[in-house]
Amino acid sequence: MSQDREPLFSSKNMKLLREPLDDSNPITVQVLGICSALAITVKLEPSVVMALSVVFVMGVSNVVVSLLRTKIPPRIRIIVQLTVIASLVILVDEFLAAFAYEVSKQLSVFVGLIITNCIIMGRLEAFALSNKPWPSFLDGIGNAAGYGLILVIVGFVRELFGSGTIWGYQVVPEPAYSAGYVDNGLFILPPMALVTVGIIIWVQRYRNRKLIEEQQS
Amino acid sequence: MRALRRYIDNIKPHFQKGGKFEKLESTFEAFETFLFVPDQVTTQGVHIRDAIDMKRTMSLVVISLIPALLFGMWNVGYQHYLATGQLGEGVGTLQLFWEGFKLVLPIIVVSYVTGLAIEFTFAQIRGEEVNEGFLVSGMLIPLVLPVDVPLWMVAVSTAFAVIIGKEVFGGTGMNILNPALLARAFLFFAYPAYMSGNQVWIHGMMDGQGIIDGYSGATPLGQAAEGNVDQMPQAMDMFLGTIPGSIGETSTVAVLLGALILLYTGVGSWRIMLSTFAGGLVMGLILNAFAVNPFMAIPAWQHLVMGGFAFGAVFMATDPVSAARTRRGKYIYGFLIGLLAILIRVVNPAYPEGVMLAILLMNVFAPLIDHYVIESNINKRLKRAQVQAA
Repeated sequence: MSQDREPLFSSKNMKLLREPLDDSNPITVQVLGICSALAITVKLEPSVVMALSVVFVMGVSNVVVSLLRTKIPPRIRIIVQLTVIASLVILVDEFLAAFAYEVSKQLSVFVGLIITNCIIMGRLEAFALSNKPWPSFLDGIGNAAGYGLILVIVGFVRELFGSGTIWGYQVVPEPAYSAGYVDNGLFILPPMALVTVGIIIWVQRYRNRKLIEEQQS
Repeated sequence: MRALRRYIDNIKPHFQKGGKFEKLESTFEAFETFLFVPDQVTTQGVHIRDAIDMKRTMSLVVISLIPALLFGMWNVGYQHYLATGQLGEGVGTLQLFWEGFKLVLPIIVVSYVTGLAIEFTFAQIRGEEVNEGFLVSGMLIPLVLPVDVPLWMVAVSTAFAVIIGKEVFGGTGMNILNPALLARAFLFFAYPAYMSGNQVWIHGMMDGQGIIDGYSGATPLGQAAEGNVDQMPQAMDMFLGTIPGSIGETSTVAVLLGALILLYTGVGSWRIMLSTFAGGLVMGLILNAFAVNPFMAIPAWQHLVMGGFAFGAVFMATDPVSAARTRRGKYIYGFLIGLLAILIRVVNPAYPEGVMLAILLMNVFAPLIDHYVIESNINKRLKRAQVQAA
């Protein structure tokens, strides 16, 4: 038994953590979870809070489902997964309402909508149901971090250009405004989030050539 | 002329493979073919190489824009003098034109410099020829902007339109949306304070210096959207274009002159122009039939001379890249543009002018229209073939 026990941070396990950050990023490569990326990234702060919430929900739900994986009857596995996710999301929601009321109000319904985030269900189905708790945990954290990374980048860009602030602090200097600079209203609107994600995809594929799809002839 | 040719032939080897400036080959090529018609001939197979290459086509469109541009410059001066009450004896046409020229030229320069710089950079990186699509876009962008738009906004929107609207899809000829309209839409949503309302259409209105007290400055469409249909200018003024508006869009006469050049040379599609005007007229008549408010009741034909409708129909909708390409598709495409433009204009108070949004929307639908036209054609022929076989 002890010899096929692999070390906690073996290269295989680390790959689970690292790969979703770039090679199989949930948003830019698998194109999942786009709706929330458009909805809550107007400012940096809600983006970060959202990212952390998803990291928590995904990490814990992956472990729970992985622990239960031999006990869940296959026919009702989706409903069991949903129950697990929903309970965790309610926890997050209550926690935010108690300790970060302002942000919780900004995120409003979108915290609840973490339940429907395709990335979470996808990882539960594809990974946690057939793997041990520790790798499942790493997989969940990794994918949520990949999702969160994009969210934070988009939130940063949109807040910088759309409102001239970062985390609520003004970074565009006052002289720039008096010289005629105006904040770009388009960055406040959802279409610009889509364009920003598109530019991230562009840059990522420029650096990481193996992501480029074969040309269809 | 011959000296220029000799000079170009002299420096050519430096830019070819192995030369000193190998990397700049496409830049050199762009200038060479701009100055002289390329002398390439086909060497095998049955091909026809038209001497009218893309550069000449684009130049023709730019020429057809000149009436609208010149009139626009004059009108900028005229509107400014009118609003400041300086219009009187001794103010000649040339003075008005010069006033507008000083204001419009920087916008054109900024638009061209930004756009061409990006196009050349991308062409060098990709190692492709420089495409000349921007020759037209660079002229269209200033014509659809209000005169007082800050120059850095022109640069930002041009960069956005060229990079996100065109280069991302693979450059000239691959874009889904009309780049010039995309630039305008970008400005419209990004900096609404500088692109809409009653203050932006006349030079000096935003600072309010020297403007006659209570001078409105609203475009005819702005007046109409606020319900002041009775304050709208005479139809003849709107036809001639002596009204506030974007630089090049006000004069229907100048636009029609441009249309004549486009149609005579066969560069623009008369099907699209005709069906766009028809669509606008039909929607105007439909609205007339209901006419629950004064704006809906204005004569349908008047819609065609207001705002940017004529400009959009002639220069924007006919963009061969983003328009529908099948013959029947062009009729449908143009008709829907006209229909939607007037509908948005009259029914949605948030957008006093609907032409921009209508054309952009139909740009997106153009491939779909083409698809169904081709499908129905295939089906028709299949049916005919089966009947004969039976």
